[in-house]
Amino acid sequence: MTPRSLLDRVPSGLSLVVWAAVWELIGRFGGVDLIPPMSSIAVKAVEIVQTDSFLEALAVTAQAFGIGMALAIVVGIPLGVAMGVWRPAEKLLNVWVNIFISAPLTALVPALMPLLGIGQTTVIATVFLFAVWVLVIDTQAGIRHVGSSLVDMARLFGGTRTQIFFKVLLPGALPEILTGLRLAVVRGVKGVVIGQIIIALLGFGELFELYLQNFLMEEFWALVFVVFALAFVLVEAVGVVERRFDFYAGSR
Amino acid sequence: MNAMTRPLPAKSPDEGTPIVRVEGVAMRYASGVTALDGIDLDFPRGKLTTLLGPSGCGKTTLLKIIAGLIRPTAGSVQVEGRPVTGPGPERALVFQDFALLPWATVLRNVAFGLELRGTPKAEREAIAEKYIREVGLSGFENQYPNQLSGGMRQRAGLARALTVNSDILMMDEPFSAVDEQMRRKLQEDLLSLLQVEQKTVIFVTHSIEEAVYLSDRIVLLSRRPSRVSAIRDPGIPHDGPPDQIRRDQRYLDTVDEIWDTLKQYLQ
Amino acid sequence: MTQIEPSRRTEADAAALAPAAAVAGTAPPIATEDGVIGARSDAGWIWQLASFVLVLGAWEIAGRWPISLAFPPFSRVMTALVEMTAAGDFTHAYAITLPPLVVGVTVVGVLGVALGIAMGLSRGFEWIGMPLMVVLQTAPIAALIPLLTYFYGVSATSKTAAVILLSAPIVVLNSYRGIRNTNASLIDMCRCFLGTRLQQVTKIMLPHASGMIFAGLRLGISAGFIGVVLAELLISPTGIGDLISYNRSIARYDKMFAAIVSILALATITLSVLQRLENRLFRPDHAVS
Repeated sequence: MTPRSLLDRVPSGLSLVVWAAVWELIGRFGGVDLIPPMSSIAVKAVEIVQTDSFLEALAVTAQAFGIGMALAIVVGIPLGVAMGVWRPAEKLLNVWVNIFISAPLTALVPALMPLLGIGQTTVIATVFLFAVWVLVIDTQAGIRHVGSSLVDMARLFGGTRTQIFFKVLLPGALPEILTGLRLAVVRGVKGVVIGQIIIALLGFGELFELYLQNFLMEEFWALVFVVFALAFVLVEAVGVVERRFDFYAGSR
Repeated sequence: MNAMTRPLPAKSPDEGTPIVRVEGVAMRYASGVTALDGIDLDFPRGKLTTLLGPSGCGKTTLLKIIAGLIRPTAGSVQVEGRPVTGPGPERALVFQDFALLPWATVLRNVAFGLELRGTPKAEREAIAEKYIREVGLSGFENQYPNQLSGGMRQRAGLARALTVNSDILMMDEPFSAVDEQMRRKLQEDLLSLLQVEQKTVIFVTHSIEEAVYLSDRIVLLSRRPSRVSAIRDPGIPHDGPPDQIRRDQRYLDTVDEIWDTLKQYLQ
Repeated sequence: MTQIEPSRRTEADAAALAPAAAVAGTAPPIATEDGVIGARSDAGWIWQLASFVLVLGAWEIAGRWPISLAFPPFSRVMTALVEMTAAGDFTHAYAITLPPLVVGVTVVGVLGVALGIAMGLSRGFEWIGMPLMVVLQTAPIAALIPLLTYFYGVSATSKTAAVILLSAPIVVLNSYRGIRNTNASLIDMCRCFLGTRLQQVTKIMLPHASGMIFAGLRLGISAGFIGVVLAELLISPTGIGDLISYNRSIARYDKMFAAIVSILALATITLSVLQRLENRLFRPDHAVS
C-alpha cells in the first residue's frame, strides 16, 4: 500500500492526536515550565470543568456571547437584506461594512469601556462588533445570488412582494446566510474572548488572568483547550445546519 | 458488430494499419461503478473517428485512457504498436472546458505546449503565431481568455493542440460549451483545417448531427457499463465544400439510423 | 473527528468576498434583480461622498448631543488627530507598533506560505497540518497572548509572536487552498503536453495559487493588526496601544478616538492598497478588461 492510500484511510482529524503526543513529549522532557505534559493538562481539564468558578465563568461568557450574537443577527440579517434589495442602502453602507469587516476592531474595545462600563455590556458590544459585519455581507451576497428568473417566475404567478420576499428571496439566500452565521460565530467567539481578556475581570478572562498571575500552567492550558473545544463544537454545530441547506447553494 | 463498416478507400500505404488500437479496455471504480466494460477498437490512420453515446457512458473516460491521463483497470491501448503508459508527444488533447491558463495571453496559451517542452521563446511564439492565424485568431494574441468568447477560446485550445505537431488529435466534446451557430462555424472550420493538417482525430461528442457531419467513422457506445454497440461509416466525402454535407442523403439517413439505435438507451 | 473538506467556504473566502476594494472603488460588477451595477457606473463618487457624510455626520450629531462625555464628536476627534500628528505622537507610536507587525507578517509570509504550499502538494503534510490549522483558525487564539510575556517578556518579540500567532493560520490555509483548488483540467492539460511534475507546480499550480496566497497574506496582515494592537493593550503598553490606553486613563477621549481612528484608517488603507495591488498583479485578465 502506498503512503497515499494509507493516509486516505486514516481520518484526517487523527493527526491532532499526533500533535498531542508531541506536546506530551515536550512537556515531559522539554524542561519548559510553561508547557506541562498534555496528560496532566487533560486531567486538569476534567477537574476544572467541574468547579463552580468554571461554571460561573461559562455562564457569564455564554450570556455575553448569546446576547451579542442575538443582536448581531437581529441587526445584521435585516441590514444585509436591505442592502441586497435596495440599491441606495447598498451604496451608502457598503464602504463602511467593508472597512469594519477587516479593520482591527480590537482597538475599539478600550473606547467601549468608558462608554458602557468595565463589564458585561462592553463584552456584549465586542461580540456584536466582531460578528455583525460578516452576517451583513453574506446575507447581501445571498440575496443577490437568488436568480432573477426565480423572482420573475414568482411575479408571473402573481406573487405579492411579501410572498416573493418570504417564499423566494429569503429561502434562496439561506445557504449564504447560514455561512455568514457560522463565520459570525467564529468571530463572535474571538470577540467574547478578546473582550474578556482586555477587561480581565469577567468570565474566562478573569480565570485566564488568575491562572497566569499564579503561574498555574496546567490550569491555564486546560482552560485554553476547553475554550478551544467549546468554540470548535459551537462552530461545527452551525456547520451541520449549514450543510443541510448546502445542496441547493449551487443551483439557484 | 461492424455491419456498416466498409473497407476504407486506400490513399496511403499506411492506411491499413490502425494508428491506435484499444484492446479489452475496462474501467471499474472502487465505488463498484463500471464505466467501460471490455472495449476493443481500432482507429484508422488519417481519419476522424467519433465516440458517440449517451451522457455519462464513459466516452470521455475512454478518451482520457487513450490520452494516457487515466490508467484502465484492465486491457491496454497501443499507439503505433507501442503500449500507452502515459501522455505522449504523438497525442494532443483539446479540452471540453478549453483548459486555458486564465493568467496568460492567447499567445502564451497557444505556445504553452511547446513551452513545456522547452522550445525557445522566439521559436515557439513563431509557431504559435502560425496556428493562431490558421484557426482564425489573428489580432487576439495579447488578449486574455476571459476577454474571448467561448468559440474563440476553443480556437485557442485547438491551436495549442496543433502546435506540438502530434499525429493524433483528441477532442473531448470540444464544441459543447459554445452556442449552436458558433458550433456550426467551428465544425466547418475544423473540416477545412483537417484538409490542410493531416491528423488522425478522435472526437468525443453526444451530438448525433455533429458526429455524422464530421466523422469518417462513428463508434456508438452503449450506456454504462459501456461497450461498443455499433460502428457506422457514413461514407460522406469530406473533401468537398462543407455546407454540402448536410444536404447529402447519406447524412440524413445515418442521423436517423443512429438515433434509432441510441433511442433504446434513453428512458 | 470532523473530516475537513478543502472546498468548504471559510473565513478566508468570506473576507475575500468582501474586498476592501469597495473603498478604492474597484469592486467587481454585481448582478442584481434590476440589472448589473458597475462599480463606477452612475457617479459612484457621489454615493461614496454621501456615505461618508451620512456616517460621519451621525457621529458628529451623536457626539454633540452628547450621548456620553466619553464619545466626543467627529470634529473634536479630527482636531485631536491633527494636533497629535503635529506633535509627532503618531510618528513615535507607529515607529514602535509597526516593526513587530512587519517582522511577524514577513515571517509568516515566508514560513507560512511555504508550509501551506507543502500541505497543498504533499498528502503527508496535508494530513498532519490541515486539522491543526483548521482548529487554530476557528479557535480564539487571542487567549494565548497574555502568556507570551512568560516566553518573551515585555518586548517587541512578544508582539511579533502575537502577530505570527494570529496571522499564521489564515496564511497557511489560503496557500494550501490555492494549490489544492487548482483546476483539475489545467493539470490534465499540463500532463497531456508532457509537462513534468516540476512544471506542473511552477507553471500551473503556483501561478494559479498566487492570487489566493496574496489574498491570504492580506488577511494575515488584517489579523496581524489585531495581534499587535492586542499585544500592546495586554502585555506591553507601548506604541499605538499605549496611546489609546493612556488617553483613556486620563480621560482625553478625543485623543483616544483619534488614536483608534488612526489605526483603523491605517489598516483600511493598507488593506485596500493591497487589494488593488492584488487585482493588478495576479489578475491581469481582470485588470485589462
